[in-house]
Amino acid sequence: MGSFILRRLATAFPVVLGILAVVFAIARLVPGDPCRAALGERATDEICDAYNIRHGLDRSIPYQFWVYIKNLVQGDLGDSFRFGKPVTDLMVERLPLTIELSACALFLAVLIGIPLGVISAYKHNSAADVATMVGANVGVSMPVFWLGLMLQYFFAVTLKGTMFALPPSGRLDAGMLPDPFYEKWGLVEEGGDAHGVFDFIANHAIFNSLVTGQWDVFKSASLHMILPAVALSTIPLAIIARMTRSALLDVLGLDYIRTARAKGQTERLVVLRHGLRNALLPVVTVIGLSLGSLMGGAILTETIFNLTGVGKTLFDAIESRDYTVVQGFTLIVALGFVVVNLIVDILYSYLDPRVRAQA
Amino acid sequence: MSEAMIEPAAVALGSEREPTTPPRGLWGTALRQLFRNKSALVGMTMLAVILIMAVFAPLIATHPPNQVMLGAGGARPRMGIGEGGFLLGTDGNGRDLFSRLIYGSRVSLVAGVGAVSFAVVCGTLIGLFAGYFGGWLDSTLMRLMDVLLAFPSLLLAIFIVTVFGAGLINAILAIAIVSIPAYARVIRSAVLSIRETDFVKADVVLGVSTARIIMHRVLPNSLTPLIVQATLGVATAVLEVAALSFLGLGVQPPTAEWGSMLSGERNQVFTSPHLVFLPGLLIMWNVLAFNLLGDGLRDALDPRLAK
Repeated sequence: MGSFILRRLATAFPVVLGILAVVFAIARLVPGDPCRAALGERATDEICDAYNIRHGLDRSIPYQFWVYIKNLVQGDLGDSFRFGKPVTDLMVERLPLTIELSACALFLAVLIGIPLGVISAYKHNSAADVATMVGANVGVSMPVFWLGLMLQYFFAVTLKGTMFALPPSGRLDAGMLPDPFYEKWGLVEEGGDAHGVFDFIANHAIFNSLVTGQWDVFKSASLHMILPAVALSTIPLAIIARMTRSALLDVLGLDYIRTARAKGQTERLVVLRHGLRNALLPVVTVIGLSLGSLMGGAILTETIFNLTGVGKTLFDAIESRDYTVVQGFTLIVALGFVVVNLIVDILYSYLDPRVRAQA
Repeated sequence: MSEAMIEPAAVALGSEREPTTPPRGLWGTALRQLFRNKSALVGMTMLAVILIMAVFAPLIATHPPNQVMLGAGGARPRMGIGEGGFLLGTDGNGRDLFSRLIYGSRVSLVAGVGAVSFAVVCGTLIGLFAGYFGGWLDSTLMRLMDVLLAFPSLLLAIFIVTVFGAGLINAILAIAIVSIPAYARVIRSAVLSIRETDFVKADVVLGVSTARIIMHRVLPNSLTPLIVQATLGVATAVLEVAALSFLGLGVQPPTAEWGSMLSGERNQVFTSPHLVFLPGLLIMWNVLAFNLLGDGLRDALDPRLAK
């Protein structure tokens, strides 16, 4: 097991290095002068020269890459040209929203997708099966941005005034300022300077309000999260349902399932314990892979629902040539994806010893 | 029992008896399976609708798609459905929505098929080389593909478009580059298994040139998974091109494209929802058509599933 993890880590290393190189190269390839983008009309040639020297932009590209890696290892991702503060600060502010959004979307996708797949496989070719598969096909074909807008229209306009109405955009009700958990619990004095990690945790609005018992904030944050999470979850949900169905169908045809039935076990046990457990392997892989599409979807979802998370920040940063923000946030996203898939692979080998033997 | 014993002998003796069904090749069988497959049939029908829209756009459209009808045309911005002789009303610039929707099918099809064609050619070359020659070439190429796969495809596409500049061609190129790894992997794994077959080994022993083995033995036998992957790939490409246009990085105004039409009117979703609803519905229609066709092709081309 240990050697398998080590080998898997060894293959991930060149990929991480490649990601770093690509991120660095692309940020440098983006046309436009970062100095002029940052300073706007104030940028004369002299000011820009000074600016370039201060930010090391006058040195050779390999040297800049070396400095970039060196700083990165020390946890320094540079300062944002546009916001004038460290990229890590921006991450503390904006990463939590996307984490909560993706977690909610993935939670919905798994919670609904797996049962749908199970019902579909168990009642193979029934009306429920056909309906689920048609629904799954429509789900993977739906543009996320379109679904988001339609949900906004339906829940904020059509259902306005009913108990089912939901807020169309934003993260909290206007004027709502939740207390961070560290102030509530007296870990940091009110108005005092909290550690970045504390802020990072406190910026998970749903989590923070839940643990501190600020129920009005919790309700508002959760209600605001429903529509974006539903929009973001459709594609992974459809994929998970399809994968669960086909994997379970394969497993249910095997001999040991017939043996289990012959022993007189209840259908429930046969399908869920014997069948589903073994069918979950490919589903786990698909869940890991769908994180990539979640991040792509987050760019669109956050734009539509006016949420300032990783996706929207990245898109704005690309448009305004904010190199360091682009580099930092892309890096986090790509690394997150690599790490998740690493965990999936390890989990997979734990669940299925055959994988370890083959590798 | 006795009949079965006699039959081969009769055939060997040149019996006049015709086989009851004419033998079909792989493609004949596949085609027959395809037409029996419900999802493929639905997909083909839906695709036919889009194709007709695209080919006969000038005949179907009631107005020039990019002409602002204000003033002489007697139109106001955002007229309702059927108002003033405009079948589906007008958009924010007073252009006929129906005609723009019809013309949008051209961009969507060209972009989807174009991106996939480019990706298939590049991916096939990479997969062939990596799979056939193996060794360091294989490791290098596949690690490169891993790096590409580590980025969310939409994010990478946004990057590429930002570097090369917004526009339809660059958007197609970006989507193509992003999807190369999928094809490279499919071809590589097919090549790996074909390389070990006896007929390829026989060719090697006979001294057939490598180029000939690749072109006449390996490639034709790797096509099946590629066709399925490419059909499903068009669906993804259509969706991603629409997303890029929605973000303002793909098709530029005034060209009628569903993603950018939707994006242009997104702030009107609360007042004129049909301006947002209809372009999105057509994107979904087009994507769904390719997804269904791809699923059907997979079933039809898989000999294990043949009935």
